[in-house]
Amino acid sequence: MKLTRIIERLNLRVCTAEHRLDREVQNGYVSDLLSDVLANCQENDVWITLQVHPNIVAVAAIKGVAAVILVNDRQPQEETLAKARQENLPILVSSLSAFDLAGKLYAILNEPSGAQ
Amino acid sequence: MSLRLYKADLHIHTCLSPCADAAMRPSAIINAAIHNRLDIIGVTDHNTAENVPAMQAAARGMGVAVLGGMEICSSEEVHVLAFFDDADALGSMQQVVYENLPGRNDEDFFGPQHLVDEDDAVIGASDKLLIGATLLTIADVVGAIRRLGGLAIASHVDRQAYGLISQLGLVPPGLPLSALEVSWRCSPDDARAYRTHNLQIIRSSDAHCLQDVGKAATTFKINAPQIDELAMALQGKQGRTVSI
Repeated sequence: MKLTRIIERLNLRVCTAEHRLDREVQNGYVSDLLSDVLANCQENDVWITLQVHPNIVAVAAIKGVAAVILVNDRQPQEETLAKARQENLPILVSSLSAFDLAGKLYAILNEPSGAQ
Repeated sequence: MSLRLYKADLHIHTCLSPCADAAMRPSAIINAAIHNRLDIIGVTDHNTAENVPAMQAAARGMGVAVLGGMEICSSEEVHVLAFFDDADALGSMQQVVYENLPGRNDEDFFGPQHLVDEDDAVIGASDKLLIGATLLTIADVVGAIRRLGGLAIASHVDRQAYGLISQLGLVPPGLPLSALEVSWRCSPDDARAYRTHNLQIIRSSDAHCLQDVGKAATTFKINAPQIDELAMALQGKQGRTVSI
């Protein structure tokens, strides 16, 4: 599913890299430990986290994730936003908790084709 | 020797930390420390102490004592400051950290990691993933520091990332810490809220650029700028005290 469609369906707020929302996403990863994300997150995943510090951008960029989704309406730090713009990394924000957001994302990514 | 006041900023990164400014080199940092009337500074790069000898050499005769240390990242992504008087003990701690630090640095993503000499010249680079987490639990890290005779201070417990409280929710009882640190963002008044398990609070800058050196400091009433004296001050022993 295109990232733009996920943003629409999950009502996500786009903070950065508005021009980089065309990527195809098939999977996601949920973790707040950066070492775990470095070890286990896959390229083109969306990464769901509550961390808002600048290191999330470096980790997301090195893993080639499609976007970072911050949960619980958490506001990214200014430095995080500046770095994300530099790296053309979409940072998205959801008002949902990680559990609710991951549940909804899993459901829409696994809908039978045609249901979209 | 008699007791006197020492102004200390125990949390300063050099250009070896990938997230620190390239200008964070020994004589520049010592000059910034003098400018800010610091008597003691702690050198605490992420997961390494390799720029400590250059910092100590640059400080010789300058009236600033440099404590050799590092800021170790546990597997829970909790940062802990470790300080040692003895270069061998610091080396042993660094060895433990290196044996448990996976990954290689990618400068493009995390930044350069410059090794420097006392004249601020770049003499090499570390290829370790210094920004990463070690495989050591917080109990392992603090235990190893204390076994080697060092001070173990939980970094910036007021912050939302990489702090003992942000990662674990509370200060675990029984963890043999020497003190808790708050950042410059936390006022001395607000810092009182973090007092627990009889642990003293220190304040430091966590400087990653020269302008931030001394942005927060802690005053120790001690005999000499060394670890055993700081430890006594943190325990309020023999007239030694700490204030923020």
